[in-house]
Order: sequence, then C-alpha cells, then structure tokens
Amino acid sequence: MKIRAVALNTFKEAIRDRILYLLLFFAVVSLVLSRLLSLLTVGDKIKIIMDAGLSSISIFGVLMAILMGTGLVYKEIDKKTVYTLLSKPINRNQFILGKFLGLIITLFIMLAVMTAIFIIIILLHSGTISWKLFVSLGFIFLELCLITSVALLFSCFSTPILSSIFSLSFYLIGHLSWGMETLIKKITPGISKILTQVVYTLLPDLENFNFKTEVVHNLPIPPKVFLFSLFYGITYTFFILMLSMLVFRKRDFI
Amino acid sequence: MPEEKALEIKDLHKSFKSGLLGKKINVLKGISLEVKKGEIFGYLGPNGAGKTTTLKCILGLLFPDRGTINILGSDHLSIKSKEKTGFLPENPYFYDYLTASEFLNFYSQLFHKQKTEDINKLLELVGLKKHSHTQLRKFSKGMLQRIALAQALLNDPELVLLDEPLGGLDPIGRKEIRDIILSLKERGKTVFLSSHILQDIEMICDRVAILVNGSLANQGRLDELVSQEILFTEITVSKISRKELEKFGKTLTYFGNKSFMKIYDQDKVDEILQLVKEKNGTIHSLVPRTQTLEDIFVGMVKKK
Repeated sequence: MKIRAVALNTFKEAIRDRILYLLLFFAVVSLVLSRLLSLLTVGDKIKIIMDAGLSSISIFGVLMAILMGTGLVYKEIDKKTVYTLLSKPINRNQFILGKFLGLIITLFIMLAVMTAIFIIIILLHSGTISWKLFVSLGFIFLELCLITSVALLFSCFSTPILSSIFSLSFYLIGHLSWGMETLIKKITPGISKILTQVVYTLLPDLENFNFKTEVVHNLPIPPKVFLFSLFYGITYTFFILMLSMLVFRKRDFI
Repeated sequence: MPEEKALEIKDLHKSFKSGLLGKKINVLKGISLEVKKGEIFGYLGPNGAGKTTTLKCILGLLFPDRGTINILGSDHLSIKSKEKTGFLPENPYFYDYLTASEFLNFYSQLFHKQKTEDINKLLELVGLKKHSHTQLRKFSKGMLQRIALAQALLNDPELVLLDEPLGGLDPIGRKEIRDIILSLKERGKTVFLSSHILQDIEMICDRVAILVNGSLANQGRLDELVSQEILFTEITVSKISRKELEKFGKTLTYFGNKSFMKIYDQDKVDEILQLVKEKNGTIHSLVPRTQTLEDIFVGMVKKK
C-alpha cells in the first residue's frame, strides 16, 4: 500500500515531465525515419526497419530511464519533500522501491507507445509480426529496469548531472564489455588472465539483453541463452536495488 | 504515579563533517529533555542553535552520534512511533503538481487506515477548503504553511512536532494557527514547538527549553523561569513641571504636555503618585515591567 502510494506519486510526477514527451517525440520521429531509411537501402527492407526501430526504442528508452531516474531521489532531497514523507510511517526501503516502481510503470507505458507505433510501421510494410520481436522488446524493458536501478542508486548520493554521466558510462561500458571475452581467450594463462576475468565478471554485460540480431535475421533463440539473460537481468537489477537501499538507509538528510 | 512522557531525549549528540579535511562540527552537545503528555513544549534558540537538527534526529532524518530518543514509549525510528507523530517542517515545500486534496490523500495512504473523509475536515480546519482543488504551486507561503499543518495532523497524532510553525504568516494567520495549536492541547495532544519567535512561545507554551550553541541553557515552566519581580515602572503623566519630575530620575521623553518616565525605584513610584495627586496632575499610564522570556533568552545567548 505504502509502496504503491509512492509509486503512483512518482508516476504522476514523471508523466508531467516535459523531457519525457520530448524524448518520446524524437523516438517516434526516429521510428518513422527507419521506414524512410529502408527505402534508401539495398537489401531486405523489413530487416532495416526492424534493426533501426529496435535500436531507436532501446536508445530513447535508456535516455528516458537515465534522465528521469537520476533525479528521482535527488529532487526529493533537494526540495526537502523527503523530510515530511519519511516522517510518516514508511521505511526508507519502501520509499526506494516505490520510486523505482513509479518510474518502471512510466517507462513501461512509454515503451508500449513506442512499440505500438513500431508494430504499425512493420504491419504496414510486411503484414506479419514475429513473436521474437516481443522477446527482444521484453529484454529491452529488462535492460531499462536495470538502467533505472543504476540511475536510482547514483541519485541517492549524487547530483542529477553527475548521476547521468555515471549511468550513461554504465550503459556504454555494459555494451562494450563483451569485447573482453575475446581478450580473455587470447591472453596466456596467468595473473593477467585472472585479473581480466575478474574485471569482466564485475563489469555489466548489457549485450546479454540484445536480441536484435535474432529478430532481424530470424535466428533461433536458444532457451539456455534466454533463461541466462533473464536471470542475469533480474539478479543484477535486484542487486543494484539492494545497494541503493543500503546507501539510502545510512543517509543523513542535512 | 509518574507522569507519562510523550517525548524523552537523553544525551543527544550530533556532529557533521565539513570541508575537504572533514573538520568535525558539534551541533548538538548532549541534549536531554522530557516532554510530558498533553503539554505544549517550546524549544527556543537563536538561528543555528541546533533546533532543526534536534527535530531531524527525533524524526529519523539524521542519525545521532550518541543518545536515545523515545516517542510515547517506543524508539523514535519505529513505525509505531511514527504512526502517532505529526511533523510540520520549516519552510515547507511539497509536490507542487498535486492539488491540496490529492496531496493529503497521498500522505494519508502512508498510514495504516486511510482517512479520506478527514481530509475535507482538515482542509476546513486550516482554512483551505475552497482551495482543495488548487495545485500547490499556486499556493502562497502562508497557504503552504497551512497545508503543511494539515498534513502534520493527518493521522490525528498524539505528538505534534512543529518547526517554526508561525513563520511566514500574517497576524491573522498566526492567530489562527496559534488557536489550532491550543485546541490540540485541549484535545489532550502534545505539541513540541521549535521557534525563535519568543512572543508566540510565551503566549502558548507550558514549558520551554532554551538551546544555545547545541546545549540546553535552561528548561522549565515559564512561570519558574520568568521572575515576577518588577524591574522598572513606565509612567506617563501630565500637568506636572519637568523640574519637579527630574528629581525622581531620568525623564525619557516629552510629547506635548505629557512626560514619559522610567522609574527603577519602586518607592519613587509612590512618591510620584503622591505628587500627581497634590498638584492635580493626570496619570495617563502606569506599567510595571516584569522580566520577560526575551530578557532571559537574550541574557543566556549573550552569556554563552
């Protein structure tokens, strides 16, 4: 009940944010442009539309998660609304969970709007939709959940600008870290290999959520990969949320 | 039977680290006080004395370095104690995109039972009934103070913590809020009121504690703290010559045919009255000045 109240209030706050609509507008423009892009390209047009469309949804979703998530807790502290809120019978963990869920609801709705437009574009072009498209969109949503939890964590102790930089770095590192896997294979066994392995384990690997290739080229999605990505996303998000709660629980509101 | 305590603070210490080197600043240096059930307790202190820090410690917004805080027999961080507490912050700021009733409705959901029917009554109590559907961003400072008081009373709390509740209000608003605070006392509620406006504290508080530089300089009942001894008497007379008045002391001002005097010797007051009677003069006013809370407060702050 208390988490729901905070989540609904966060949702009310988020949907009033103009930046959300600005990003949604650009996301829609980008989706429409993917259709135009397909006309200018040689090859299977539907593949271009799917590839560009899914990338647009992913990038604009991440921007929404970062730009809004980084201000979530900071704004409450900065505007001192947290003083009265936490003086009520709500514990700090409930507050963090409420904030997280509020933004997740907002992102889910934004993702649904982008998906609806995307599906209309695909249907207009090919007339059929693959179920794999929804798998890919589902993992984009899972990635957004993880990015939101990261933004929320930074928001607990840092300003929105710094938190945005940190969260964006997390996103970029997460999409580039897969290269280390190849590096590990090439390093000769020894201390450097172990260290690289440790760093790779600690760094996020957001490519686990990337199923665009499977959708675009209609490749099979192995159940093992599917389950691992699902487990990875849920566990990582849960871990970051726990960390946020730990940071927030110890915080003094001066 | 011992009197029940609404709030009990023992040896409260709080420090902050400041600057790059992390220099320690002791804000609270061992505060101990008790607030009895049903009383209005004034927590006085100049700006920067540590009043808000104490309140934040009570509410669990700051973690004390040392000391214990109990609210109505429970630890101050427990949900049980928060269910029975209401808090009005200094310079309140709320979710400005919500309307007054949406805001109160949101906060009411944070308590065990939702009291939607009470929201209208509360808005009426604080004089905001006709603004229930106005967004908080359109509220003036005084209106925000009123809605802040409404949210503090949302759970019908047993202990109400008010941080500068009369700041930013016009004289009528101050009187209304004072009346609400007094009505809380009549209903058996306990009020802990932090302020530096001495006049308000003097008017409504049963007991006070004076905080200076993070330590309690004094605490007790107002009539115990404030001496009833007459310090001096202010007299305004007319139809008596200046020459005759000057022998009683320093005549402060003359305006028209009236003379205003400040007499420190009580015997001389009787002599002036006798003189006025003999010379057929007129006494316009005679005001004996006793010690005020302000005198004590200023004295303590200067001493510290």
